[in-house]
Amino acid sequence: MATETAVPASGGGIGLTTREKKILKDPLWDNNPITFQILGVCSALAVTVQMQTAVVMSMALTTVVAGSGLIISSLREYIPSKIRIIVQLTVIASLVIVVDQVLKAYLFNISKQLSVFVGLIITNCIVMGRAEGFAMSNPPREAFLDGLANGVGYSLILLAVATVREILGNGSWFGIRIVPEFLYAHGYVNNGLMVLAPGAFIIVGLLIWAQRTIMGVEKHD
Amino acid sequence: MIEHYLSLATKSIFVENILLAYFLGMCSFLACSKKVETAVGLGTAVIFVLSFTAPLNWIVYTVFLKPGALAWAGMPGVDLSFLSFVTFIAIIAAAVQIVEMSLDRFAPKLYAALGIFLPLIAVNCAILGASLFLVEREYNLGESIIFGFGSGAGWALAIIAMAAMRHKIRYSNIPSGLQGLGMTFLLTGLMAMAFMCFSGISL
Repeated sequence: MATETAVPASGGGIGLTTREKKILKDPLWDNNPITFQILGVCSALAVTVQMQTAVVMSMALTTVVAGSGLIISSLREYIPSKIRIIVQLTVIASLVIVVDQVLKAYLFNISKQLSVFVGLIITNCIVMGRAEGFAMSNPPREAFLDGLANGVGYSLILLAVATVREILGNGSWFGIRIVPEFLYAHGYVNNGLMVLAPGAFIIVGLLIWAQRTIMGVEKHD
Repeated sequence: MIEHYLSLATKSIFVENILLAYFLGMCSFLACSKKVETAVGLGTAVIFVLSFTAPLNWIVYTVFLKPGALAWAGMPGVDLSFLSFVTFIAIIAAAVQIVEMSLDRFAPKLYAALGIFLPLIAVNCAILGASLFLVEREYNLGESIIFGFGSGAGWALAIIAMAAMRHKIRYSNIPSGLQGLGMTFLLTGLMAMAFMCFSGISL
């Protein structure tokens, strides 16, 4: 730590150390929570029919992961290890309630479309995994950055999957028509499978295949 | 009446399978589907806990949390439904603990088989998801018992089938990037497609 903090920060006025940069960068690609750690897959599949819901879900999850990292890490000295899971769940559930109420107040239609999946952020393994695996043993600032980065890593996959599904399944992106009309006139049809559950599974499968091939991962479970 | 329940059961097991149509419980599905025995154990535990927690959460929601539910306590204007997330998760965690202890006391053999899986289940999204669906779809007590059991059975069916398939393809020659996780996703996609054939069925 001591040697690492001596490295001058180059990223503007925020002053990030090398270690913090690594914390921020790792979950985006090398150690992505969905495709690499296999966490939080449930909601990633369910909300990716459209870009809109995917964006809102990404923001909700990022807020909860970063917030719970910060709170749990600040409390880590005071949480008895025997009941830590319950304490973590309570912190996470309270944050999710706040996020859910905010969504209901300002984005009612999208919150209706997300239905139970906002509530399911509580049992999203990314949140629990980061709380248990990182926030419990690291200072608040780093835990917050780690949560933020994992949330963004999750969002990247979500947006990638949603892009493919909305363009192929609906011919649009963020509700804006992408596939030109004349293609439809010549008999092009939207791929209905993409809107349904199997499409999501297959897209994520292919995404993982692509990522592992590019990275050249040799070790498999 | 019976027909209605039967149709709800078929719907929750096959047509709207909680894993293949709503993606709930994916994490443990991916992690524990390597061996058939493990899958059977976890599947049974999920059926057990879901049939137990779904009606329990329904009762708590109806008696305490629903808008106007506290009328019996003289507070008809109180709406505690925003507390449902934290209440449900606490009830699930407690129920899992109770199930674990009573199994240990009264059915030690079953406990030995399920023991390690029970704590895992508290954070399985299928359990919380089923409780949230109950509220959203406004089921009654009978329906919530059937729905809880049906969702559990559907989940168990999916994970056992997946474990069997992964066993079958163990020595297949799969491209190296696709091995393991990637292949499991593609198989799940195919299985979800197969389960969509049930969608025409209504009893």
